[in-house]
Order: sequence, then structure tokens, then C-alpha cells
Amino acid sequence: MFAAFFYLLRSRGLNVSLNEWLTLLEAMEKGLHHSTLTGFYQLCRAIIVKNETEYDRFDQVFLEFFKDVPFQGELPEELLDWLNHPSDDLRLTIEKLRAEDFPEQSLEQLLYLLEKRLQEQKEEHNGGHYWVGTQGHTPWGNGGWSPHGIRIGGQSRHHTAMLVAGERKFRDFRKDNKLDTRQFQMAFRLLRQLSVQAESAEKELDIDGTIHDTCENGGLLKVQYKNPRKNTVKVLLLMDSGGSMDYYSGLCSMLFQAATKSNHFKKLHTYYFHNCISMNLYETPQMWGPGEVPTEWVLQNYDSSYKVIIVGDAAMDPAELREPTYHWSTRSYSPSGLEWLERFRKQYPYLIWLNPEPMPAKPSYWSQTHWQLGQIFHMYDLSAEGLEAGMKQLMVRK
Amino acid sequence: MEQTFTGSRQYVASDELLSAVNIAVTLQKPLLIKGEPGTGKTMLAQAVSEALGKRLIIWNVKSTTKAQDGLYVYDVVQRLYDSQFGNEGVDNIAKYIKLGKLGEAFQSEEQVVLLIDEIDKADLEFPNDLLWELDQMEFYIPETKETIRAKQRPIVIITSNAEKELPDAFLRRCVFHYIEFPEQEQMEKIIRVHFDHLEDDLVRQALAAFYWVRELRGIEKKPSTSELVDWLRAMVAGGIDPARIQSEIPFAGVLLKKDKDLQNLRKALR
Repeated sequence: MFAAFFYLLRSRGLNVSLNEWLTLLEAMEKGLHHSTLTGFYQLCRAIIVKNETEYDRFDQVFLEFFKDVPFQGELPEELLDWLNHPSDDLRLTIEKLRAEDFPEQSLEQLLYLLEKRLQEQKEEHNGGHYWVGTQGHTPWGNGGWSPHGIRIGGQSRHHTAMLVAGERKFRDFRKDNKLDTRQFQMAFRLLRQLSVQAESAEKELDIDGTIHDTCENGGLLKVQYKNPRKNTVKVLLLMDSGGSMDYYSGLCSMLFQAATKSNHFKKLHTYYFHNCISMNLYETPQMWGPGEVPTEWVLQNYDSSYKVIIVGDAAMDPAELREPTYHWSTRSYSPSGLEWLERFRKQYPYLIWLNPEPMPAKPSYWSQTHWQLGQIFHMYDLSAEGLEAGMKQLMVRK
Repeated sequence: MEQTFTGSRQYVASDELLSAVNIAVTLQKPLLIKGEPGTGKTMLAQAVSEALGKRLIIWNVKSTTKAQDGLYVYDVVQRLYDSQFGNEGVDNIAKYIKLGKLGEAFQSEEQVVLLIDEIDKADLEFPNDLLWELDQMEFYIPETKETIRAKQRPIVIITSNAEKELPDAFLRRCVFHYIEFPEQEQMEKIIRVHFDHLEDDLVRQALAAFYWVRELRGIEKKPSTSELVDWLRAMVAGGIDPARIQSEIPFAGVLLKKDKDLQNLRKALR
């Protein structure tokens, strides 16, 4: 009977080894469970579970096995989240917008119509319901009010442009910045796991060893070397660039510099994406040209020991997050942004999201993706304090 | 060895913690304790040693501590000095071997309680370097060709603040317990242990206010038991009227240590 419990524990993802199981049997022989179920529960938990975050999982398995009640399973996470955060506001806002007669259009349609409309349009146009221009109600142009839109140049005002179709001039995060990045650097220092076993070609003088051996040698100098204590932390930095992130480019630049300057990481790789991670990542914030890297490649080449920091405001068109991406150039679909993000979350147990925009107190139409992603990821403010809290999170699996 | 720990006069423990301690003692395995700061992780070892009437040896781990430090240190420099002046006993290496905390615990004639405090502070390899020593309770000193074996297996209590992940191989050998933050009822017992005499009204009001502050949104550093005890001390000394506690939270600076948290509290009180 207990063997069945053992296999159930393992199949539910609790990593119980034979060693621990034998310890448990030994403890039962010594009567440490006091022949009660509560005693047995406490004994099992103390020996098998090694992290408080696994207490809950253990409780479930225990109930499943011993209550003789069929396990009902957990509510899907999205449903729970939704139940916990009834977003009345959200629905109201959408309805209000619908009432103003913004048709639901998919990105594909929009791009097609934009192409057509651009062919028709011959002059500049501002405000209005049909042409491409500024401050209007059509889904194209900038500074507009349509919730689904393609921004053409200019400043994004309501963070909804699904694609920035105009010319993009993103500030290069690599430019030298005079701002004080010390606070960020201090926070990055928390991210360290020192190890003397790190492979290193350079050896350093082992003072203690030298003194020891010299003394043993009757006072004649005998020099000893050793491997230096090195940080073994590997970091993958993924940064949102352009669009709504332009407001925060100064801040992101500071973060980037702090990360590159604190050269104590074993490895640091930086990639850029726009709004949401999709098929490709980019090596430069301009996000085109030869620096294009398939996201698939990144996932395959950086193993789960990497600590991943995603930087972005998580503001995007909901469709960009939830619906499969349509590729204008090849006219084909690829997985939705959320699917890509989920893959990152599954692969990297150490992952945090830094957001330059504070979490809104209530979800609104403009921040619904921010809200949704905040429920899925460990999200922290992009401030010295938030970074510090995030770094602590990155050191432990939760 | 058939002793059981039932808490002590100075330390109030939950049933689960008591059973975890007894499991670890009986199975002769290290007990790994985690928990919020201020839940009495370090105090536990003192309480266990007191209750079982055993000597307590504390090994405080720092970021530069190496496993070797806990076993023994061979003072070669002293030996070289001595040899130059022709002091007696230079040939005897054993004279220059100083046992660390772990070695001290092994050497003790009676069973002792060994506290390895904040093990997560040290380097990544630290816990793994101690696997053999904690498992077999012995280590070998090559210089004297001597094996130090525990005369009585010490009761080992290890605390961690979860600043770093501990290696799986190490965790497998431990009995684990996470100390939860005490419920209001338990907290009252804990307070009674710290104070000889307190007015019931004061305790009730203070506890209600304390748990209210802990639950406030956006509090970064939640006050813990030790802060509560200090706060009560301050209020007793200041002769605060219990009726005022919940509405004003006097001496809030004792409870909350961060500026931001204090501002949050002020906002919430308004």
C-alpha cells in the first residue's frame, strides 16, 4: 500500500528518492507516527517535503490517497485568477468602446485594409472616420482612439498600436549614459552564487595554502595557487524595445548598463523583442537586419539554469498576446505571444518580469495584458527596490 | 536517547514543530528549519538544548565560511614560530590542530545540540562539503592520521533564510520543517512567555492592531514576533491607554522599520 503512495507522490511531481522512503520506513518502525494519521502526515511531510512551496502539493497528494475521495483536480489557473479578480471594470470599458462602434478586426484584416486604404489615400488627413491620419477613429495612424490599431509613426498615446508600422528610431541602449547606475548595480550584486569549482584558466595565489605549505616546508617559500571564487550565475536578459517602451528607454538603458557593467556574471546574453515575445528575438534594439535570432534557438541553447529577466511594460493589444501571430510577409501563422511566454516560464524556473509601469490598482481596458501577465509571472517594478526584490526571487525556485 | 522535546518555559512551539524535532532526534538526522525572519528559528536550538539538558554549540555561518573551518584548523604558522625557538612539543602536530565547532561537537563526551545557523549564507558547495561529515559523523585529519568520530551523535539543527537554494543531495539527508507565522492564539501564548504580567485588554488590543498592520497592503517588511515584543515593552513603559492602540498605533516606528511602510500605515490610519 505504501509503495503505491510513493509512486503517487512521484507522479504528482514530488521528487522523493528511495533514500528518503527508507528513512520514512525506518521512522515508522520506530513508531514515530504514533499510529495516528495526523502523526503519519507530520512524519511524511517532515521527511519527504524539502521546501515550503511544496507543502500544498503534498497536502493534495495526501488527501487524494488517504481520504478515499476521487481527486477533483484543480480549477484551471486562468479560471481561478479570473474568479479572484472579477474584472467588472474591464467589461464595462470594452462595452463602452463597442457602443461607439469600433468593429472587431483582426490584425490580418487591418493590414489588408491598410494596404488598400494607403493605395486610395493621396493627402494628409487628421481627425475623421475613414482615412489614415492623426487623432481619428480609424484603426490606423497615431494618437487615435480605436482600441485595435496600427500606429503609423508618431507617439503612441494609448499604448494599443498592434504594430508600429512607421519608421522606427529606437534609442540604442548601449549609448553611454551619465546617470547613476550604482543602485541597479548594487541590486545585481545580490545575484551571485560563488563557487570555487568554476572552471577558470587563470589561477590566483592561495595565500592560506602558501602560508601552510611554507611553514610545513620549514620556512622555505612554497607558493600555492587555487581557482578563484567565481560567480556561477548565468543571466538571459530579454528587453522590450520601442513602441510604448520609448517612454522608459532611459530607465531601460540604465538597467542594461548596470547589467553589463556588473561583469561578475558567468554569462549574460541580451535579446530584444517588441511588445511580446514571438517567433524571433533580436540582438539589437533596432530589431531588424542580421541580428535576428529565432526564439526557438534561444530556448534550445540556453538551458534551465539560466536566470531570465524579462523587461517590458506588458502593454500590448490583447490580440497580440492571445491570438496566433499573423506574418504579413509570409502570410502564415505562428504561436501566440502567450504560448511563447508560457514556454519560457516552463523552461526557466528562475524567471522574473521587470515592469517600468507600476501595476494598476484595477484592471482597465488599457492595462488588461499587464494585469494578465502580472498574474502569471513574478512581476516587479523597474526601480532599484523592485529590482532588489526581483533578484532575491531569482535566487530561489518558487 | 528516548527523550522527547515538548517545548520549554521560554519557547512555545506548534505541534508540528515538536513532532519534526522529535523525528529528527530519533532518526539522528539533521533538522533543517526555514521560516520568516523573527519566527524563532535560532531560538529553537536554545530551547531544545535547554529542554533536553544538553550543551549548545553554535556555528554561525558567514559568506566566507568554508566547511573546513567547522572541522579543524591546523595552525602551521604557530608551529613554525615554535620550531624556530626550539619550543617543546613541536614534533607533536596534534598540539597545533584546533577543532572547529563541528569537531568540538563530535569530541564532546556527552551528546550536544549543534546549531548551524544561516547555512544559506555560505558558498554553493558548503552544504555538499559537509555531507559525509553529517552523515557519518566523522572526519579524518591527514596531518595526524587521526579520525575524529562522534562519541555521541549530536543533535544537529540547521537554519536557513532561503537566500540560496540548497543542493538536493543535502536536502535528502535532512528532516525539514517550515515555521509558519504564529496564529493570534499561539502568539498570545508566546507573549505570555515573554512577559510576567500583562493586562488582558492591552494584549487583545495590541494583537488585533499587530495583525491588522501585518495584513496591510504593500507592507514590505512585515513586523515579526520580536518586533511585537519590543512594541509591547514600549507601550508598557509608556503607559499607553489600550483603547488608543488600534486607532493610533503608537510607537509605530518600533513595528515598522522602513520609511515606505510607515507612510503606508499613516495613509491607512487616516
